[in-house]
Amino acid sequence: MLLIYPIIANQMKAAVQFSDEECCGFLFGQEESSDLRTITAMMTAKNISSLDRRSTFEISPQDYMDAESFAVQHHLKLLGVYHTHHETPAIPSEFDRIAAHPYFSYVILSIVENTVDDMKSWTLNDNFKFEEEPISIININQQIHGYRNHSNSAA
Amino acid sequence: MATVIIPTPLRKFTNNNARLTVHANTVTEMIQKLITEFPDLKKHLLDANGSVPSFINIFVNDDDIRNLQREQTVVMDNATVSIVPAIAGGAPL
Repeated sequence: MLLIYPIIANQMKAAVQFSDEECCGFLFGQEESSDLRTITAMMTAKNISSLDRRSTFEISPQDYMDAESFAVQHHLKLLGVYHTHHETPAIPSEFDRIAAHPYFSYVILSIVENTVDDMKSWTLNDNFKFEEEPISIININQQIHGYRNHSNSAA
Repeated sequence: MATVIIPTPLRKFTNNNARLTVHANTVTEMIQKLITEFPDLKKHLLDANGSVPSFINIFVNDDDIRNLQREQTVVMDNATVSIVPAIAGGAPL
């Protein structure tokens, strides 16, 4: 499960709405266990894709290295990446799957008419296929009770 | 010995080590030594042709090996080698 502080969820939504191009960035936080992560910080990144940036994204190696440095400096873990899908569901594409790396949470925000319509998170399994990772937007002091993992598969 | 910086997604294959020291003359040799010590790295550092996959960048100091001699790029003893996952994707067509 991916727990996201409301302020971070709102920052992500504010960063991606009203853009004609795919937006992207990094997610940081703590890993409580192998299947429970808390996102406490985010960093926007520039989409440098040389293809159609309305439907593709790419983050520069320098931005990636900066994200790793940010994590070390702030005693956080680099836990994942977010990006948008415009007018399409928050489900990873084959391009997303081929380019994905293990361990990371891949959060996809579906943008419909300039508004975040849906947000889902995905992780790559050992067979290089995506599995859905449930998301919960929580308050900082909120406790999690009765957690059950309802994972879906995709791509 | 060169220092190899392991990116977060691959640390689960290196016993959570973020930095490793390797003595190697070239990037190819460095990768082979890493794979010998951590076999699970192989599918992430080499494709079916034995080349570095397109979604992995390798920098020797500040230079992308694709702008140098690719896998045959020389690794000096005091070099820092960064393995940098390419982050990319896109919406369904």
